[in-house]
Formats: sequence, structure tokens, C-alpha cells
Amino acid sequence: MTESGDFVVVGAGPAGMAAAATALDGGLRVVLVDSGAALGGQFWRHPPRQARQAIPTADLHHGLREYRALCATLSAHARTGRLTLLLNHHVWSAVREGEGFAVHAVDRSRAPEETPVVLRAPALLVATGAYDRQLPFPGWDLPGVLTIGGLQALLKGGGVAAGRRVVLGGTGPFLLPVAAALAARGAEVAAVCEAAAPSAWLRHPVPLLRNPAKWAEGARYAGTLARHRVPVRTRTAIVGAEGDGRVAVVRVASLDADGTPLPGTERRIEADTVGVGWGFAPQLDLLVPLGCTLADAGDGTMAAAVDDGQRTDVPGLYAAGETCGVGGAALAVNEGAIAAVSVLTDLRASGLPNVRRLAAKRAAVARHRVFARAMAQAHPLPPAWSAWLTDDTLVCRCEEVTAGAVRAAHADGPASDHRQVKQLTRAGMGWCQGRMCGPAVHCLVARDQPYASAERLIATPITLGGLAGLDESTTDHT
Amino acid sequence: MSEFTVDGELLPFVPGQTLAAALVASGRVAWRVTRLGQRPRGVFCGIGVCFDCLVTIDGQGGQRACLVQARTGMAITTGEGDDD
Repeated sequence: MTESGDFVVVGAGPAGMAAAATALDGGLRVVLVDSGAALGGQFWRHPPRQARQAIPTADLHHGLREYRALCATLSAHARTGRLTLLLNHHVWSAVREGEGFAVHAVDRSRAPEETPVVLRAPALLVATGAYDRQLPFPGWDLPGVLTIGGLQALLKGGGVAAGRRVVLGGTGPFLLPVAAALAARGAEVAAVCEAAAPSAWLRHPVPLLRNPAKWAEGARYAGTLARHRVPVRTRTAIVGAEGDGRVAVVRVASLDADGTPLPGTERRIEADTVGVGWGFAPQLDLLVPLGCTLADAGDGTMAAAVDDGQRTDVPGLYAAGETCGVGGAALAVNEGAIAAVSVLTDLRASGLPNVRRLAAKRAAVARHRVFARAMAQAHPLPPAWSAWLTDDTLVCRCEEVTAGAVRAAHADGPASDHRQVKQLTRAGMGWCQGRMCGPAVHCLVARDQPYASAERLIATPITLGGLAGLDESTTDHT
Repeated sequence: MSEFTVDGELLPFVPGQTLAAALVASGRVAWRVTRLGQRPRGVFCGIGVCFDCLVTIDGQGGQRACLVQARTGMAITTGEGDDD
């Protein structure tokens, strides 16, 4: 099957929803595609529409008024036929085709069945978000250890608290809503271990003062955690997990200024579930093969380089939200709207929003980006995190490559980046293609450079049958 | 009643849940082992990135349980083959 429009948007999270809504309001025909079963991406992850009463999750969300307004706009345009909404569709490749793009996807709404689909448009927005960045530690691959994003996805998407007694660890403000959501669903959160020192924020007073909404949000979480008596320990990290076949105990330690565990501070906490996350890594799989230039995002990762209209350096290709650097949902919504205005301008469409509203969005983007930079500086990866590793700690979960093997490839061999480590050790060669271990392997061998994700020509596994169906799917049925 | 089977055993789920959510809700934390060290694996990232949660659905291997909506009558099989 082929769907054509003026504008294809990949990713129906905050950025993609706002971009699609703005472009539709401006008169464009839009194809919005997402692998999820509902609109919202990760931040506004919801059960499918027909399951909302059986799985209530509204109390776990922030900014739902905006989500509902965007949903209403998109629904109205879907009824007129100008929006083609493709949920449960996994995009595996986006390629240049003539003056525009062909986006290849498979419809997995009846998984494991797959139906190939091709989406064509002169303009393409990649708003594929980000995923939790992980640092390995002994025992992190035990069942019951999840990413904090995974814990949140089970809560928001399925109404499931993954454990009864949970310890969270890592760095960044995302630890707080996950702790609050788990507590609200009856889990005992035994500890939240934040590696950073709260005083780190005092070095960045201006971004904080200019974003009072962030204060209010933080205060709400603090209130929830206090009500549930959840201890938040700063300058503390989970340095090990133990258990027989599943996690039973975590070891936590206080950290020196550089992240070295302080001798004599280690404590053992019983837990059946653990959540870990160290910020996020942008999901660039579709952008890199298209030749999109990357830039240092300031948080140890590379993200798509865009101009002030969210244009990449590839004509017709736009990026918005976490693909341009991690900065939260409010930033993503504004970037998505600005990207759509650029598309309207570049395609010479009639319906541009008024100048004053656009100026307000640009100001909001600038403010949120400054805040994101400050957040990244206040919540860095601890420089000495690899001190927690033993030689037999798995770094690559898929191919079961140890820290010792990665270190040896770096110390005894020529490996100076994660791609060379992959060739020498197989780290990053398994099912996830280095998405999970890539940032950590990179830190072990090239800590002074920001992490740039590897080029992956196929963004999601696809069957040979799906590939074989390509010839049929390129016949236009619309 | 909405149910699918896991290795022949009936498992109830709430319509709208993914297979991974239903498996976790039933108390399961691991449902396959790695091919080298036979290490147990369940759900880790929960959003389709890590491939820890692989299952076989109706005979089709390599399916990420965290991305697939559970449907009544699905036959899920678990074990070693999903890492190949």
C-alpha cells in the first residue's frame, strides 16, 4: 500500500503531534505514523483508545490538557480525510526519492503479521524521540532490573506496576515522576538514588528562575514522594544488583565528587524491582542514513543539527523534539509546531500562523533549550562510573560482552570508538544493534567525545517476506 | 474473559495491554535465556529498543513482547530459540 501527502511525520509524541496539527491547520495533507497503539509517544503514552476505561492512567500524566487539545485537532482533520493516521506502524527506512522522500514501514497491528506500506511526501519530519541512556553495573542484566522508562511505559501503557518493592537509580529529573507514579500505584519505593548533588542546580539559577513551571512540577513530585515517605538520596548510585535468577538486593553507595564510590558507605537494600536511567539518547536511526549532520547536544550525546526553523541540512528533512537534543515535552511541542511552520513556508502553503504566535514559540524554545543545557550540566554522567564495573560485568546485554573484553580492546588494541569495539568484541552486534550498550561502550573508550549513534540502514527488524512485498507495496492504491 | 496462552498455560490480560505488560502483571520477570550464557531475560527497556523481551507468537519468533498488543487466542511460546 502507498500513502501520499504533503508532509510525512514519523513519531506521534509531543513533537510529532504538534507538527501534524500545525501543518493540518495550515492546509497540508499529512501522514502521521507511529509504532505505538495510541497517540502520545512515550511522554503521553496511553493504552489504546478503546482500553482507556479499563486501564485508567490520567493521574500519571502531565500536560494532559494540551494532549487532549492536540488529539481533538488531529481527530477533526482525520474526519476530513486530510490526516492519515497510521498507528502500530514501524518505520524501518526513510530514503530520498526524487525531490521528496519514501518512508518504508510495516503495519504490525495484527502482529506477528506484517504488511508493508510506503509513505511518500516532499517534506519529512523525524520526531522519533529518545530512549533511556544506560550505564552498566554488576547485575544490571538480572530480570527485575528495568530502565525507568520501561517502568513508566508499563504504568502508563498497561496500568502495571512492575514490582512491589522498587529502588530507582541514575540521574536526572525523570527519576521523580517514575517514583511518584510507582508510589501512586501501590509500589513501595525503597529509595531513589540520584547521582548528582542538588547543589549543582545552584550554579544555574537563571534557567531555573525563568522556568517557574519546572519548579512547580518538581515541587509536586516532592510532595508526592514525601507523602509516600520515599527517601531520595543524592550523590548516591546503585553500584550492584544481586539475586538468583532475578534481582533480590541492590548495593548502593555514596559517591565522591567524580562518581567514585566512597569506601565504607555501601548499603544493601532489598528490592524485587530496580529502575535505572542516566538521561536519554536521541533516536537518530532514520536521520543518520539520510545524511543529516549531527551536533553536540551538550549532554554527552550528538543530536540532529537544525536551524531555528527545525530544518536539518538535508533539503526537505526536518527534526523536532528529542532527536534535536533532549529537553522535555514542552520544548518538543514548540519545536514540532515551528518545524511545521517551516514546512508550510518551504512548500509555499497558504495557512501560516500569525507572526506573534510564532515569536512566542521561538522564545519558548530558546528558554527551554537553556534549561535543558543547565539540566545536562547539573546531571552529568559521573566521570568515574566505570569504577563500579568488574571485569566480568556484562556491558553488551545481547552478545554478552564483558567490561573486561571492551577494556582489553581499548587498552591492547586499536579500538578508539564504539564501532571499532564492535568489530573486535561483538559489543553492539546483537539484537539491539548497540542501542543499549552504545553510549556506555563509547564512554569506556572515548569519554571526551559526545556519543554519536551508529548508522543503521534498517531501523527495525523486518522479515524477508516484508522486504519481498516491497515491489507490490510500491504500486499506488490511493 | 480475555486470555492468551504462554507455553500452553492460559494467561488473562486486560484488553489494551501489551504481551509484556500482561506477563509482568502475572508475576513473570523472565521468559527466555541468552544463547551464550543461558542468562534469564524478561523486559528491560519496555519500549522496543533493547530486544530483551523476545517471544514467539503463533510460531513466529523474534517478536518484542513490549510492542505487541495481546489478543485473545494468541499462542506465546518462550525459551531459547528467541535469541537465535
